[in-house]
Amino acid sequence: MNTMNMRDEPLVYELSRTGRRGCALPKSDVPEYVLPEDLVREELDLPELDELTVVRHFTRLSQKNFSIDTEFYPLGSCTMKYNPKVNEVAASNPGWKNLHPLVGEEHAQGALELMWRLQEGLREIGGFAAASLQPAAGAHGELSGVLMIRAALRARGDDGRRKMLIPDSAHGTNPASCTMAGFVTQTIPSGPDGNIDMTALRSALDESVAGIMITNPNTLGLFEKNIEEICRLVHEAGGYVYGDGANMNALAGIFRPGRSGIDVMHFNLHKTFSTPHGGGGPGAGMVAANESLAPYLPGPVVVKDGEAYRLAMPPKSIGRVKAFHGNFGILVRAYVYLLMMGADGLRRVAENAVLNANYLKSLVEAVYPVPYKRHCMHEFVAKGTVAEGVHTLDIAKRLIDYGFHPPTIYFPLIVQEALMIEPTETESKETLDLYAEALRKIAAEAASQPELLHEAPHNAPVARLDEVMAARCPVLCYRG
Amino acid sequence: MAIDKNARYLESHEYAKPSGEYMVFGISDHAQAELGDVVFVELPAVGKTLAKGAIFGTIESVKAASDLYAPLSGTVVEVNEAVKNDPSLVNKDCYGDGWLIKVAPSDPAEFQSLLDSAAYGKAIGEE
Repeated sequence: MNTMNMRDEPLVYELSRTGRRGCALPKSDVPEYVLPEDLVREELDLPELDELTVVRHFTRLSQKNFSIDTEFYPLGSCTMKYNPKVNEVAASNPGWKNLHPLVGEEHAQGALELMWRLQEGLREIGGFAAASLQPAAGAHGELSGVLMIRAALRARGDDGRRKMLIPDSAHGTNPASCTMAGFVTQTIPSGPDGNIDMTALRSALDESVAGIMITNPNTLGLFEKNIEEICRLVHEAGGYVYGDGANMNALAGIFRPGRSGIDVMHFNLHKTFSTPHGGGGPGAGMVAANESLAPYLPGPVVVKDGEAYRLAMPPKSIGRVKAFHGNFGILVRAYVYLLMMGADGLRRVAENAVLNANYLKSLVEAVYPVPYKRHCMHEFVAKGTVAEGVHTLDIAKRLIDYGFHPPTIYFPLIVQEALMIEPTETESKETLDLYAEALRKIAAEAASQPELLHEAPHNAPVARLDEVMAARCPVLCYRG
Repeated sequence: MAIDKNARYLESHEYAKPSGEYMVFGISDHAQAELGDVVFVELPAVGKTLAKGAIFGTIESVKAASDLYAPLSGTVVEVNEAVKNDPSLVNKDCYGDGWLIKVAPSDPAEFQSLLDSAAYGKAIGEE
């Protein structure tokens, strides 16, 4: 462990020394221009540093980064899988990288072909009729999808339907997307098996239902076994089914959501399709739809016209949701991933994601109670109730000392003291064994030395943060 | 967990407690313990009309943000300004200083439809 990184790094302003310079500006080769007096300042509060100090400062900061390239990162429902370097090699090709988004279609045929192939590939994987690469994030895809549902309801003169059903095991972004689109949400409880309570669903289906937003597998990591019946019931009630595709890593190449009756769904390229996730991504949340909603897709989308590719608006499109053509560099990476994997490879990804999650679950469930006794899909939820007076937060902080990123905690809300763990397929058995060992050791410490957990982390650049104080009295300026 | 015998409860852990002609709403001791340290409370404006079961605000802890459901129908007559400034009052004294809003009930009979302290105790004991 590099203990150099454990020390506090001063701010660049604190490293500043008056008069120090990191670069020498060349002599001006343009005529001098006298600035208006009211724009001239006597003092300018910029740090003054030499080049080496700057390089060391930012290099040290970069080494404090916790990333998939350095450590295991099993953040539940986030699919923090390895981002293959070949994606970066392809995306850094000047032909992609330097292409201006306003270049005419005739000079961007390669880029349009790539987008078309990605569109078609993901449409095929999802079992849908058409797709749009516009949305730039998962929740952006959700918003696009529910706006499509709203537009379709409006087109058939059914604008009064405002109720969107959301299972209590859904992602937290779902209700937010509905609210933004003008819908009112109603929560549908889960039954004892962790799936949607079908009786509660049936009783919620009335003439005010616009649709349901369903995540499959849900945030408990469990497959919704009744998905086909759920879709049928919602359709019979006159509603649409939105599929949250955030957990597609469990299904790709095995189960086509579009074939089960889901009308519109987003894919997270930054989860399932190995593009960078976290630190701003940027993300990509492309959306796909079946025949009934395809005309409403955001646009433009790429269409193939004989041998040529061109951009076109779907006939009843909800319009643009993003400037230009989505996050194009990310689309290149996702397409490379699809090519590298192929159909068989993608199926093995899902199989191994599920296998890894079940293996890890089997290693820890004797110590960390798992509330639903079923095989899980790509992730599982356990409870941090290992010792009196110790909470899941303490376990999560202690994991940092062992060099691991904590899992998602306190989510889903329906499991108290939840630890939501998603190892992904890219981790080796050895890594999973080490993680399970750390979790078991921490459970033993919780019983014998609880203060070790309460005060964790001990080996990080900053100790336990006072989250309550930070939330109640935030200090947003370093000078106080 | 403390359960105020003068209050009646929703299964979602909000309580209503008579205070003269009004009803005081808050969250139960069980709820504040489950939420952990409360960091933010969003409450409605005085004068707002609430239907039983409607969302009247939001409570946020370091763990989660939750909607607050109205145990009874009525009109908001007072909002606890102290709790807005110091949300930790909900943790310290949920049935006392940590109350949330005061409501003039539009249908006082609704109070009888809520869980009494024994039934609520049973409900959270089973969780």
